[in-house]
Amino acid sequence: MRLPRPVIPLLLAAALLGGWEWAVRSGRADELFFPSPLHVLEWAWQGLLSGELLSATWVTVRRLALGFLIGAVLGVPLGAFCARVRWINDSLGLVALGLQTLPSVCWVPLALLWFGPEESAVVFVVVMGTLWAVVVAVRESVLNVEPLYLRAAQTMGSGGAHLWTHVILPAALPGVVSGMKQGWAFAWRSLMAAEIFVVILSGFGLGSLLHAGRELLRMDQVMGVMGVIMLVGFLADLAFFSPVERWLRRSRGLER
Amino acid sequence: MDAPGSTPAALTLRKVTKRFDGASGRVTALDDISIDVREGEFLVLVGPSGCGKSTLLSLLAGLELPDEGQIRLAGAPVRGPGRDRLVMFQQDALFPWLNVLENVMFGLRLKPDLTDSERAESARYHLRLVGLGDKEKARPHELSGGMRQRVALARSLAPNPRVLLMDEPFSALDALTRDQLYGDLQEIFTKRRKTIVLVTHNIREAVCLGDRVVLLSPHPGRVREVFEIDLPRPRRINDPALAALAAKVTESLASHLKSGSAE
Repeated sequence: MRLPRPVIPLLLAAALLGGWEWAVRSGRADELFFPSPLHVLEWAWQGLLSGELLSATWVTVRRLALGFLIGAVLGVPLGAFCARVRWINDSLGLVALGLQTLPSVCWVPLALLWFGPEESAVVFVVVMGTLWAVVVAVRESVLNVEPLYLRAAQTMGSGGAHLWTHVILPAALPGVVSGMKQGWAFAWRSLMAAEIFVVILSGFGLGSLLHAGRELLRMDQVMGVMGVIMLVGFLADLAFFSPVERWLRRSRGLER
Repeated sequence: MDAPGSTPAALTLRKVTKRFDGASGRVTALDDISIDVREGEFLVLVGPSGCGKSTLLSLLAGLELPDEGQIRLAGAPVRGPGRDRLVMFQQDALFPWLNVLENVMFGLRLKPDLTDSERAESARYHLRLVGLGDKEKARPHELSGGMRQRVALARSLAPNPRVLLMDEPFSALDALTRDQLYGDLQEIFTKRRKTIVLVTHNIREAVCLGDRVVLLSPHPGRVREVFEIDLPRPRRINDPALAALAAKVTESLASHLKSGSAE
């Protein structure tokens, strides 16, 4: 008889957490450094009841979604222009390549100066994290569009805007989506760094909650927030990126 | 080389020359080519690699422009790609993000003065014509190589171009599928009397399909000889008479290659 697929990972997780709990209770691990899983869960439950955890998650997710959306909406056309217009590529394309290597948390000091400790400063940092990754990925995927598709479409009378909307962008779509996924990952990291790094008066996000846990020496809170951060990233992937990527691969015969 | 008889020419090439800048300097790909393609004729350009036959087809399609000379379609000079000359490529070039019917509709959607139901009707008619009436919802990757080329054929025929240009569309297929497609293509050609220009390096294929076979020789690409093929249709690739004619064309090519290298 074969075990159902989730059984083994669940057993492994239970063994790991159980061992940990036991190590803390028996005094082999210091609760201050390694809070027991049950205490972390307890903190999460309290946080849920008081509404603190949900409101922090909401603040963070809203910043993330807004910054990511702005970055993607600007990045897709800019990347496409880079691929097709020589002088834009020579200027903006180079800037994008350079800024993509810059961790966007480096923007925090300037963002605080320009926008003040406000919502717009964090969102700006998130945009800087997303935008350049998306520009570079979209540029690459547009440049990699099979030239034969363009020739075939042109002989059938396509050109200009029609060629863009009906051939170049659909052909580049898989690359554009993985570029967005990468941009999302960058946005998430940059947001966490920004929230831990600076106190933003306009909202208390997950990063601030983690930082507060550190100040209070509440490692159960730190670990709990880490868990929530992972969960949000995981859910975003599960609910959006994975299905879109799977649909793209399946409909084009890259996966069955 | 003028077309005899009174049939009007669909495509005329006059002293067409095309050069490329290669690693070893300027290369003349096509030198002084003059051909008339008659209305409703199946013309085959055949020659070894390097004879510029694919370049010639790109010029006819308007994807490239000649350095000298002129190409006219029904009297009007060819200045770029256009719906009146559709191309079937060596690879099917079907769009993977569209299903079979949408692929066939692609060119039709770009044609004004048609209603959407007329477009769908025409697309379905042409899919039935190539024997794929039941595959309209399939994605290109779900089809075999031969079926994909059939869809490509339907896609090129559906907008009703004046001339159908075919760039070695059978060379990537296995022999059985290819023979089957020779039969289908001849049947469609006899039914529709479309003007077709096919490029191939396969002399048997050329003799099997063409009303006329134009033999090109390489370095630089030049027209060497023109053969009128008056075997009755449908022709079968294994027909002994066809094989004999193909042997004659092959001999002629060999002698031109020899005299060419002696020059």
